[in-house]
Amino acid sequence: MLEPINVSLESLNLITLAPMLIAISGALIILIVDLINNKLHKSLYVMLTLLILFVDFGSVLGLNVNERGFFDVMLIDGVSIISQLMIIGGSMIFIPLALTSKRFHEFSYPEFFALFLFMIAGFQFMVATDNLILIFVGLETASLALYTLIALHNRANSYEAAVKYFTMGALAAGFFAMGSAVIYALTGSVELYKVAEVMATRVNEPGLMISIFGSSVLLMVAFAFKLSLFPFHTWAPDVYEGASAPLAGYMSVVPKIAAFVVSIRIFGMYIDLGVEWVRIVILVMSVLTMTLANIMALVQNDVKRMLAYSSISHAGFIMAALALDTTEGNTAIFMYYALFMFTNLGAFAMLWISRHKQRRFVDLHDHPYEKFAGLIQIMPMGAVIMALFMLSLAGVPPFSVFWGKIYVMQAAVNAGYIWLAIVMGLNSAIAAYYYLKLVVYMFLKDPVKEVEVVYYNISKPLMAIIGLATVATVAAIFYVQPLVSYLYYMISASGY
Amino acid sequence: MENILSILVFFPAVAGLLGFVIDKDSAKAYGVTVAAIEFILSLWLWFSFDTSNAGMQFVEMIPLIPDMGISYYVGVDGISLFIIILATLMTMISMASMGETKNMKNMIITLLFLEMTMVGVFVALDAIIFYLFWELSLVPMLYIVGAWGGPLRVYASIKFFLYTFTGSLIMLVGMLFVAYIYHSLTGVWSFAITDWYALVLPENYQLWLFAAFFIGFAIKVPMFPFHTWLPYAHGQAPTIGSVILAAVLLKMGTYGFVRFTLPMFPDASVAAITPIAVLSLIMVIYTAMVAYAQKDIKQVIAYSSVSHMGIIMLGLFAMNSEGISGSVFQMLAHGIVSGALFMLVGMIYERRGTKLLSEFGGLTAVMPKFAIIFGIMLMASVGLPLTISFVGEFLVLLGFYKVSPMITILAGTSIILGAVYMLRVMKLAFFGPLENEANKNLKDLNGRETWSLIPLVAIVIWLGVYPKPVLEPIDNSVNALLGFMEEKAITQEAKDVIIVAKSSKEAN
Repeated sequence: MLEPINVSLESLNLITLAPMLIAISGALIILIVDLINNKLHKSLYVMLTLLILFVDFGSVLGLNVNERGFFDVMLIDGVSIISQLMIIGGSMIFIPLALTSKRFHEFSYPEFFALFLFMIAGFQFMVATDNLILIFVGLETASLALYTLIALHNRANSYEAAVKYFTMGALAAGFFAMGSAVIYALTGSVELYKVAEVMATRVNEPGLMISIFGSSVLLMVAFAFKLSLFPFHTWAPDVYEGASAPLAGYMSVVPKIAAFVVSIRIFGMYIDLGVEWVRIVILVMSVLTMTLANIMALVQNDVKRMLAYSSISHAGFIMAALALDTTEGNTAIFMYYALFMFTNLGAFAMLWISRHKQRRFVDLHDHPYEKFAGLIQIMPMGAVIMALFMLSLAGVPPFSVFWGKIYVMQAAVNAGYIWLAIVMGLNSAIAAYYYLKLVVYMFLKDPVKEVEVVYYNISKPLMAIIGLATVATVAAIFYVQPLVSYLYYMISASGY
Repeated sequence: MENILSILVFFPAVAGLLGFVIDKDSAKAYGVTVAAIEFILSLWLWFSFDTSNAGMQFVEMIPLIPDMGISYYVGVDGISLFIIILATLMTMISMASMGETKNMKNMIITLLFLEMTMVGVFVALDAIIFYLFWELSLVPMLYIVGAWGGPLRVYASIKFFLYTFTGSLIMLVGMLFVAYIYHSLTGVWSFAITDWYALVLPENYQLWLFAAFFIGFAIKVPMFPFHTWLPYAHGQAPTIGSVILAAVLLKMGTYGFVRFTLPMFPDASVAAITPIAVLSLIMVIYTAMVAYAQKDIKQVIAYSSVSHMGIIMLGLFAMNSEGISGSVFQMLAHGIVSGALFMLVGMIYERRGTKLLSEFGGLTAVMPKFAIIFGIMLMASVGLPLTISFVGEFLVLLGFYKVSPMITILAGTSIILGAVYMLRVMKLAFFGPLENEANKNLKDLNGRETWSLIPLVAIVIWLGVYPKPVLEPIDNSVNALLGFMEEKAITQEAKDVIIVAKSSKEAN
């Protein structure tokens, strides 16, 4: 007969679960509100979501660094705290973008907001654990919710996007499960800290290298899908194009932060174990990703697809920092995303402003370059702001992404990878061309069609978010110091 | 006013921001007033500048990102002082001489931002701040060329942007590497140039870093074979764009060599004398020949710019005080003379709508004032004694003579070749019979145009006859630089090549 398990409540340290529970119960509250009265306006749900995220943010800030909880499954280290803060922060910028002046289908469903909160809970689980099973559960919760959010946009190509993303995501999940299984077979554990201990003793056993190697390949494929790294990036442009513009911007930041955290935990472990192969593959993949995505972005006719390829390229850029496996390199990842988040979401929000229900310029794309021709004459402020975002993405100082770029490049130089810093520099130069292309259209060409289409969708909340993103982009020089010292402290505290 | 440098940098930027609310018709008056105040401020800087002090003055330092070693760090010495004044002067004069332009308000705002970046580059003593202004200066120029330029303007502006951007990113990697070495030696992050000066780097590091910085600066100068963007940019840019580009933006490249490359990598610089001298010679002779073959007046001046920049590069690598002082002086001379020539071409283009030499001839008869000023500037460009360029060119050649008489003699042909292509312009445009009907009713320069050119003529002659007030502070700082380079050089070979003037050595 089994002994009854005796666990004291304190040892569970349930506070570590509080942030996720807040998001989940918030989602349930939204569903209940809808059940009671189903005629409520979307603005109520937006504000509710915002408030729930606010509480969630506060609860993450209140966590202590380096604690475990819930049978040691939850891991609250510096990385998990900063990544949760960034996930929630990114979501808080995203959600007011639902308040457009024109009605879009998906936001009239309260389920959209409930799913959104479930997704955030999923991401939070993913980053706040080093248990491969819980990572898997978090990943799948978040991904399934995200597929639905994309499909809710309710257009032919958003179904295509959702199905494509779902198929690719399922494949990646399969690879992840298989990789985890191999790790379990090797070490008898799914907790990464135990895995690391056992593997460190067994890494030199003859005949085992091939399995360690195999597990890393499987996990690498899974995360290359999630992070849209070459050659597993092909889904990304189509999915971004099918999703609504703000959601595409969101996908280029928040899910990637979560995936990067897991990658730091898993691949950082392999590199620490001396599996040099992992480092080489990451470097090769990141260089190919940034270069090829840049070249593809050059030939796009649609601004959204261009931005999609540019986000892939930025992901490749950041992936290189992962291979360095230094505290600075890991800080660079978060630093880059923290700065990139505002600019990229701002740029996608500008596309969202100009979005109309029918395609008025060409049948194939929502946002062809021609749409922005002569924007300086139609909407001078809008053109200047969009140009600021483009210059920032191109890495022109003193705008935000530049500081991320030099931090990554400095980390690469410090780790002895000068060639990598040069490749990054050259890639930034290639990238400047396609960002400039939009600037050229906006400033140096004449408008092609009737004018009102460009700011079709504008509303006060959208303007507020874009204003916030602009300030964050332009004034980056003033907050880089506190940001970098906080991130560095948190990451070195968690031992990466 | 100890913080005059910050005022000089941010005054045009603030004025540019406020410019958004100025009424369209008053924009030009606003711009000229602001530029004049800025110019007066820069003159004030000159008067409060201690000419006997060779080091950095008016230094300000505010840490921005201490964890990365980046701070707002500015200062000025004899080398940068006059380039700053050149920048403010040329902005003011070119703005004042500007004729009817569409979207005048946008132009004025863009120019004011450009002025901020130009002054910023020359006062920055922190590598990242330098890089920041350096890159930022591309954006207004891109807009000026792209929005007000000729038919190929978009191509020209993007080519200009991408060329410089690519080069400077390589330079950025170099800067990051220097910071890394500094950190590994001292344990402190710093991007301050004055801190970097104290680094003694092994020779192979120096060579690689020299190459990285060289790419960034050489594209800007532009050195052969990176010069191909320049004729496009000049050919397509509006007059004011060409004036600023030739007068100030190109100087950023040569200034970069003086500020970064020479003092930081003395051994590599000495090792690079011969290759750089060869490239400079190609610039001098080859582009002079290309200039001769041009059909368009503006292109002649554009190529002559490249040719003169070759002389400046040659002087910088003479490694003695005559050469470097001469080339800093020549930067000023070239800024004023080529700026004036571009303004003159712009004036005739405004009247006739063409810049082709074949369209003109005998202009002296209808435009005497124009012909006289053009003639003076043309002579100055060639390097006639008693004009500003003569001083610079002579010192450069004198300085380089100590390094290699052969190369100096070849470079000296620049005066002859310059005379050949410039006099050809003179002959075709101004002399001979007035045949073209369209030219017969051309109006001579009006008051605005004349009065914006006369100060430049005055400076050309004043500094040609009596260059001492400008040359002395430059010479002081250059001697300090050389003394410092000699001390820092590792190899005996480099120490031998770097010649420090006697007086400054004793003073040290």
